[in-house]
Amino acid sequence: MLKNISFKENRLNFSALLVLLIVILGALVIVSLCMGRFPISIPEVIHVLAANIFPIPQVGDVNVESVVMTLRFPRVVAAILVGGSLALSGAVYQGVFQNPLVSPDLLGVSSGACVGAAIAILIGIGTFGIQIGAFAGGILAVALTTTAPKLIKNSSNMMLVMSGIIVGGLMSSIMGIIKYIADPETELAEITYWQMGSIAKVLPKSILMVAPAMILAIIIIMVLRWKINVLSLGETEARSLGINVKTTRRIVIICATLLTASSVCISGTIGWVGLVVPHLGRLIVGPNNMKLLPVSFVLGGIFLLIIDTIARTITSAELPLSILTGLIGAPFYFYLLKKERMNLS
Amino acid sequence: MNLRIAELGFAYPNGKQIFTEVNFSLKKGEIFTILGPNGAGKSTLLNCIGNLSEPTQGGIFLEKDNIKDLSLRQFAKQIGYVPQIHQPTYAFTVEEFVAMGRTPYLSAFKKLNQQDQWVIEEAMELVRITHLRNKAYTQLSGGERQLVTIARAIAQEPDFILLDEPTAHLDFGNQIKTMKLVKKLSDQGYGVIMTTHNPDQVFFIGGRVGVLNRSGAFEIGVVDQYLSEELLSNLYNEPVHLFYSDQLNRNICTAGA
Repeated sequence: MLKNISFKENRLNFSALLVLLIVILGALVIVSLCMGRFPISIPEVIHVLAANIFPIPQVGDVNVESVVMTLRFPRVVAAILVGGSLALSGAVYQGVFQNPLVSPDLLGVSSGACVGAAIAILIGIGTFGIQIGAFAGGILAVALTTTAPKLIKNSSNMMLVMSGIIVGGLMSSIMGIIKYIADPETELAEITYWQMGSIAKVLPKSILMVAPAMILAIIIIMVLRWKINVLSLGETEARSLGINVKTTRRIVIICATLLTASSVCISGTIGWVGLVVPHLGRLIVGPNNMKLLPVSFVLGGIFLLIIDTIARTITSAELPLSILTGLIGAPFYFYLLKKERMNLS
Repeated sequence: MNLRIAELGFAYPNGKQIFTEVNFSLKKGEIFTILGPNGAGKSTLLNCIGNLSEPTQGGIFLEKDNIKDLSLRQFAKQIGYVPQIHQPTYAFTVEEFVAMGRTPYLSAFKKLNQQDQWVIEEAMELVRITHLRNKAYTQLSGGERQLVTIARAIAQEPDFILLDEPTAHLDFGNQIKTMKLVKKLSDQGYGVIMTTHNPDQVFFIGGRVGVLNRSGAFEIGVVDQYLSEELLSNLYNEPVHLFYSDQLNRNICTAGA
């Protein structure tokens, strides 16, 4: 069904699809705000939200407002922002590297950002420092990963993936060293929290701190999405179509890395989202990044919002997100690969 | 519009000279073929003209402008490049693929408009692929892919179109069709430069030919006067024969005696 929608070159259909996805996301936000150890009804949630926007009196029960707005709302925003950003950066990496196998995890960007954040925690330079550290680590990792195939003079899809595995392995060893020397009472716990991937303790302050960089990166990527299409044809063809390949690629990779690093700042490393969601998006709207990028962002938000809601409701103890994204993402990715009959060479 | 290649030479960083002193010029509506054995450097020469490799000597001029001084965008509005057929990574539709030819005319804040769409339709119509518009590029045959890439170059609205061995990997029928299309392009007013390793195609196309031999020397001439059995036999190290066909009204080139 969805496939039929996708291959029709009809702008209206695409807009309708995007609106539909956003409506689904909106509905999920409300459902997610209802769910938890302290169940709240849908009308109550809508009332609380409305009272925060419009000048109407707030719900009588103070507990209801505080659970919705203080406990759950920041998590919901974080889930959408992180899920959307990881999916978007994955789609962008897959486009510019002409390689549907890569993702923020497989390129080593996530683990690089994690190392950067961990070093910042060790030095103890605050939230902004952690953000800078994560970004620097992410950029370093993607630079290393893309350099290796050049040195070996093999630009195949597999080489880039191999290189990502090497850099990822290197980064997790560095992570091991950092954890080994970290103070077990304070720093080690905080660093371990980054690695597990969780938005349980997310604060509105840390979202607001990271959001401007994320929004800027998203805007730049959205503006450049036609060029990402052209870049996905390869260097020679992009140049012959008038694109300054080096500069454009660099800007796009920096923005995607900024998105991944910012996500790591909010939630630590969360696997699978950046790999699986772009494939799902391509199945629905095709590979055209004009459509794929907005759809990937919304789908990523939906995916992680569902995952996080499950994580905090299924058991009394919180499940780390990476466990669930893996449990759901891995079989789902297998299904997608089978469905796409991807031609890997 | 005049495209002039002057004193062009290319050497690898290790000093190995691929070709030197390539001189020729081309007007709109003319076809120029570059003939040479495998590995002689035809593609490198075409890449230099297409601003994809940087020549180590000489230059390429559009009227009086050295192409080095043009922006990539300006260049792409004047010269379209058709690479050899390859398997692309993503399944763009034919229409999306052809639309990418409009890239030099778009900017961050100028999206495809009605006129761009019209150019895209015309380009697909000219190479007769309109019926494939919603098909995925990855599902096309080699011959169809070749047509789509040519349509994309046409959508660039260039004055000149460069084709790198457009018949490579094509079956016999598609080779002939592609050659006919190349002629049609020049009839439509495009200047065409095409590389080939099949001398018979050069006789089919006619006009002027440049021969690049393995030592990197480049000579040009009018096809029927210049390409002799002796020259071709030396070029390919194999006896080559020319027969005149009254039916085709041209020389046929073949070998294997």
